[in-house]
Amino acid sequence: MTKQVEQRDHVVIRFAGDSGDGMQLTGDRFTSATAVLGNDLATLPDFPAEIRAPAGTVHGVSAFQIQFASQEIMTPGDHPDVLVAMNPAALKAELKLVEKGGTIVVNQDAFTQRNLEKAGYGSNPLQDGTLDGYHVYPVPMTSITVRAVEELGLSRKEAERSKNMFALGLVSWMYGRPVEVTLNWLEAKFGDKPQVYDANAAAFKAGYNFGETTELFSVRYEVKPAPVAPGTYRNISGAAALAWGLVAAGNRAQLPLFYASYPITPASELLHELSRLKNFGVLTLQAEDEIAAAGIALGASFAGHLGVTGTSGPGMDLKAETLGLAVALELPLVVVDVQRAGPSTGMPTKTEQSDLLLSMFGRHGESPMPVVAARSPSHCFDAAIEACRIAVTYRTPVILLSDTFLGNSSEPWRIPEVDELPTIDANFASGPNAGQEFMPYLRDDRLARPWAVPGTPGLRHRIGGLEKDESGAISYDAENHQRMTDLRAAKVARIAEDVPELEVDDPDGDAEVLVLGWGSSYGSIQAAARRVREAGRSVAVAHLVHLNPFPRNMGDVVTRYPSVLIPEMNMGQLALLVRGRYLVDARSVTKVEGLPFFAEELETEIMKVVDG
Amino acid sequence: MNDPTGGDGDSVVGTLTKKDFTSANEVRWCPGCGDYAILATVQSFMPELGIAPDDTVFVSGIGCSGRFTYYMDTYGIHGIHGRAPAIATGIATARPDLNVWVVTGDGDALSIGGNHLIHALRRNVNLRILMFNNQIYGLTKGQYSPTSEEGKVTKSTPFGSVDHPFNPIALALGAEGTFVARTIDNDRQHMTQVLREAAAHRGSAFVEIYQNCNVFNDGAFDALREKPQGVHNQIRLEQGQPIVFDEGRRCVSVGENGRLVITEVENTLKDRIVTHDRHGRPSLAFALAHTAGHGPTEPTCIGVFREVERPVYGEAMTDQIKLTTDRLGHGDLQKLLGSGDTWTVA
Repeated sequence: MTKQVEQRDHVVIRFAGDSGDGMQLTGDRFTSATAVLGNDLATLPDFPAEIRAPAGTVHGVSAFQIQFASQEIMTPGDHPDVLVAMNPAALKAELKLVEKGGTIVVNQDAFTQRNLEKAGYGSNPLQDGTLDGYHVYPVPMTSITVRAVEELGLSRKEAERSKNMFALGLVSWMYGRPVEVTLNWLEAKFGDKPQVYDANAAAFKAGYNFGETTELFSVRYEVKPAPVAPGTYRNISGAAALAWGLVAAGNRAQLPLFYASYPITPASELLHELSRLKNFGVLTLQAEDEIAAAGIALGASFAGHLGVTGTSGPGMDLKAETLGLAVALELPLVVVDVQRAGPSTGMPTKTEQSDLLLSMFGRHGESPMPVVAARSPSHCFDAAIEACRIAVTYRTPVILLSDTFLGNSSEPWRIPEVDELPTIDANFASGPNAGQEFMPYLRDDRLARPWAVPGTPGLRHRIGGLEKDESGAISYDAENHQRMTDLRAAKVARIAEDVPELEVDDPDGDAEVLVLGWGSSYGSIQAAARRVREAGRSVAVAHLVHLNPFPRNMGDVVTRYPSVLIPEMNMGQLALLVRGRYLVDARSVTKVEGLPFFAEELETEIMKVVDG
Repeated sequence: MNDPTGGDGDSVVGTLTKKDFTSANEVRWCPGCGDYAILATVQSFMPELGIAPDDTVFVSGIGCSGRFTYYMDTYGIHGIHGRAPAIATGIATARPDLNVWVVTGDGDALSIGGNHLIHALRRNVNLRILMFNNQIYGLTKGQYSPTSEEGKVTKSTPFGSVDHPFNPIALALGAEGTFVARTIDNDRQHMTQVLREAAAHRGSAFVEIYQNCNVFNDGAFDALREKPQGVHNQIRLEQGQPIVFDEGRRCVSVGENGRLVITEVENTLKDRIVTHDRHGRPSLAFALAHTAGHGPTEPTCIGVFREVERPVYGEAMTDQIKLTTDRLGHGDLQKLLGSGDTWTVA
């Protein structure tokens, strides 16, 4: 039969299944095919902390959401147009996100009595009216997959494992995704295991052909490429972008990158990615604990490398002591905090932006430290370079904030030319700086002290946590401590002269409300502002990358607008800083549900303020 | 890459002297502290290595021993409590060309920094770790330490400590230390010999130095460090030699069930006397670490307990980088950024 093709501007698909069903992989492969097609896209992996939660239960459901569009989009979407549910638990967990009229594709074979019970269904939702008002496509994915691979001599269990590829094939057909991208990937991944390749490829094709031939599906959809600036693009996750940004920073500074880290969700991805890049001269060290990881990175910096450590909230608590030492030593050190929901162990796989105040103030004594926050997956690359630039230029530890959402999600990225990336000047000390003497705390015009690396003739010096004077001698002198405290603060404050002003997007020029954001809520804020403007209202938007120091025009910006609204995935941390520093009556919009803001949530909040 | 040092790290050194390793800082330990003797011995020994002070780094933690760094005219970091082995691991791994020393104490290394010490030792990072053991917290004015004996009366244990102490040598052996030795603060000759062997070792060299704190724990090691009883109680371990001490009167011999016991030489069959083998199985070294049951108040072994070869941490890491680079070529960042699926928009 001839299938009808309908155009769509944007589509949100959510793949959901058991943790063991391979939904992250399915989503990831769909994303790659979508990226190659030239759609703009944003993704949201959403999975439990348990590696294998009890099969078939609601808390073991793992989901992956993608929005793709023929225009620029900013978020993974609020509500899925299509939910692919591999079992009853996935349907139960995710149905609430789908609005009436949405499409639901289920693996019919999984809706057994036993699975229904495990998911907590008293009756079968495919039959009891639960799904009334939705377009429901029950597809026997498991049994067709098993039939498709039966010639390969796999056990039934092995055969069933490929059902995620069937689902991928079916959805690829529905949205006209290119099959070669997936088949090529399977070839690269399983080329040396022909049986595994054959099974996955057969299941994928079976899913694709099922859509093509069955009468169940009468329509397929087309989403045209999004208009973007010329260039070569790729899809990139925040974790990869951040890791590569660190490598790029080392490259631009001509410093070997030394990454020391202790495994922790969700920062381990950085360690994994960097550990692969040995031929880039990257040294990686899995330390005995978070404290050691920071100490090792700091030691590497003293020795003339670009020392970096990465962790998530619980590790930040442990590194605080070393960060204080780094403030006193005034050595370059970058600390990546991939934030997750806290306190304590909290929700390790769920996102939050709740370490801002920790980054600003989480050390004893007066210990100011620059803070940089990435705002989107691809921006992690730029933010990493910027954090390293500040650390090296100003001889200071820098905290680079990412979060679970940024790390795991992905978006298209125009690949930059390496030659056009910022340069970083390590500017090692090579000789005496005070007559014939070398004074380790004598500062340059940026207030940065010299970085004199062991092995440099004649520049031997001792530094440490005890207060020093310019010569490096220990000093308990009252005036000296006041002066050194002032200088350390001034050095960090002065970085504001060296970073771009805060840009305000106020297209109508008459906005009364400024929405100020930082970090990963960027996409939701942008999308919400667009909706507000489409509704005929004016709103101004600004987004911070530098949290300490704030951009030099920050005070002007936040006092220029009658209302300032600050959405953040915490209990109002940036709002506290803005109110405290600028005496502005900023309002908070907060959320700590482990997931990014929905654009519609923010739209509602902004409209409330705009309409008074 | 930047080569900040302007050379290959092999400074050509003519005639170095103690003065070249002595900083201008005024030494501020309590008068009579054992640390003075250790400092003098280390400063006198360093020239012998022929390594320039510019290529030498001292890293210390917190405690009286932590100040050591300021008194050496080398590169140095006075770090945070217990973390010196971690900081030094970063330095030594990043820069195999440097001569890196850690100075620590019993509280610093065995209490707050225990984790970093054992992991530096198991990794076999190229470090010389000097642990000053005075069996007390000195800088905080006299609390018991993880090496204080049970029953120790201190400010924090007015009724006597109920903690069982660590045996630092046994701990270092248990952590797979490849060089484990002990010496005494006031025995310059013995300490110099131990330092010499530690410096020659490739990998982590752990040296426990019995150090008298004359203010808060005076006399803790008198049985070993003072004349005349020191002569009777020091069991000096010499590679390949029968373990005989007390001017030839006593020895370490194999008793019942293979236990090591201290016996009179004249009452011991010659083939029961233990011959020291620092390269052998760790069980001998471990047993020798336990000849004194209750700390150094009775015959106690000093010298090198164990010395074995194992790959050095930083070198192994550098080798991996080299092998991977040989196989894949030098990483091309532009290619990395463009790896995988890409698409071009004209």
